[in-house]
Amino acid sequence: MSTFILLTITGLGLGAMYFLIASGLSLIYGLMGVLNFAHGAFLTVGAYATWWTSTHVGGGPGTKLLVGAIVGLAVGALLAALVELVLIRPLYERHIEQVLVTVGLALVLSALVEAIWGFDARQFPVPDWLIDTTTIFGANIPNDRFLEIATAVLVFLGLTAFLRYTRYGLIVRAGVENRAMVTALGIDVRKSFTLVFAIGGLAAALAGVLSGVYFGAVDPGRGTSLLIFAFIVVVIGGFGSIGGTAIAAVVVGLVQQYANYYASSGLGDLAVVLLLALVLLARPGGLAPKVAH
Amino acid sequence: MPALISVSDLHVHLGESHVLQGVSFEVPEGGVTALLGRNGVGKTTTLRALMGLVPRRGRVTLAGAELTRLPTHRIVQRGVGYVPEDRDVFAGLSVDENLRIAERNGSPRYELVYELFPELKTRGAQKAGTLSGGQQQMVAIARALLNENSVLLVDEPTKGLAPLLVTEVAAALERAAELATVLLVEQNLAVVARVAQQVVVLDGGRVVHAGGAKELLGDPERVRALLGVHGGGH
Repeated sequence: MSTFILLTITGLGLGAMYFLIASGLSLIYGLMGVLNFAHGAFLTVGAYATWWTSTHVGGGPGTKLLVGAIVGLAVGALLAALVELVLIRPLYERHIEQVLVTVGLALVLSALVEAIWGFDARQFPVPDWLIDTTTIFGANIPNDRFLEIATAVLVFLGLTAFLRYTRYGLIVRAGVENRAMVTALGIDVRKSFTLVFAIGGLAAALAGVLSGVYFGAVDPGRGTSLLIFAFIVVVIGGFGSIGGTAIAAVVVGLVQQYANYYASSGLGDLAVVLLLALVLLARPGGLAPKVAH
Repeated sequence: MPALISVSDLHVHLGESHVLQGVSFEVPEGGVTALLGRNGVGKTTTLRALMGLVPRRGRVTLAGAELTRLPTHRIVQRGVGYVPEDRDVFAGLSVDENLRIAERNGSPRYELVYELFPELKTRGAQKAGTLSGGQQQMVAIARALLNENSVLLVDEPTKGLAPLLVTEVAAALERAAELATVLLVEQNLAVVARVAQQVVVLDGGRVVHAGGAKELLGDPERVRALLGVHGGGH
């Protein structure tokens, strides 16, 4: 029982990170039709900005992490907005070119991080209370899992409130359905593109910070490895749907953990791909296709 | 009457197809000008080109100001409302949200909209995707009427509607024409006869006739020759 609880909460923690990356990917594709292969790089850059800042500020690990995370999130959001303005905007509706540019950018940013800070993993400032465990029904759960889950829940609620109660949210939801009609109502939908990219970059950087806490370190390949699962989450959840993305992220995180433990170590990734195939066979548009909600 | 919209040598290529091949016409200020023609002659494409929704070449002016270089949202902000073919309501948004997103300034004309289409008020919370075709058309027209526009481009608003709803939409168009100049694409000649003063006829991507609505619709031979249908509607 205690193992099952540990696996479940760890799976939810992993799912929380997938959700943070996938929510931005999903909204960006749903609204703009852009498959952003550089999204993982936003995570990596955000995580490295957090680590770098933490090494340049005083105080304990908690302060270092907090200050570093604020800088990391700002860097992630700014980088994403800049990428949208400079690289993506001239290429709207040119999908092949977008893929080439975002793949190229991912490679460049990854190489840049490696060139500056090397291939070795860098240790993240993690306060002791996050490393400590809390016992739930006999299972010793590392506290960082709760932080990851709580953060993802807050981001989910924040994104849902943004989409439901703000004018920009209304524009994004309408734009996911029919971008041309939004412009035909006199709305400069490109402003929403930049905003959604910035939100996506911020959420990815947040995933970078939490992955640093989860793994205790950050390395140049982190974004790319998590991006693959985030894409699977987006496809299962349905492009453009935050609710679908949240459900899919939880399912993927849990399936991965359960399969790795109960079947065979390393089988978790295969189980996720099988899950993707099953969902695509049953519901080709994903769980909640093409409607932002 | 002075021309409010002037279209000159408008060309549109969609893929391999040269859909508009130098369309030129003028829309006088006030009333309704109907854009007519057989299926596939480029009526919808003309409206989409005026809106900047398809790549186009040529010259389009609104009250003397060039529109061709402006993106779609800027054209709309100049006072152009658009009711697209097939309505294009946002299915996942409620009726209220469909109207709210169309607001362009601080004083949207909800009174007018609800006077014309009282049903929209009672169905405010309903998802637009669950409305009937006629109700969706009301939403589409209401979005355009919500703001003070000098021009409304309306594309086949009665397409697929029951006769009772056609009458309701025609009444809304008449009211709209009191508030703005309307350029109307319409296949239903009875509606054209009721609301339009001017007609422009397209064929093969070009204008083949322009003049008064009464003159054309009163000449069945001409209607048959230009539109391939029996005239009437009076």
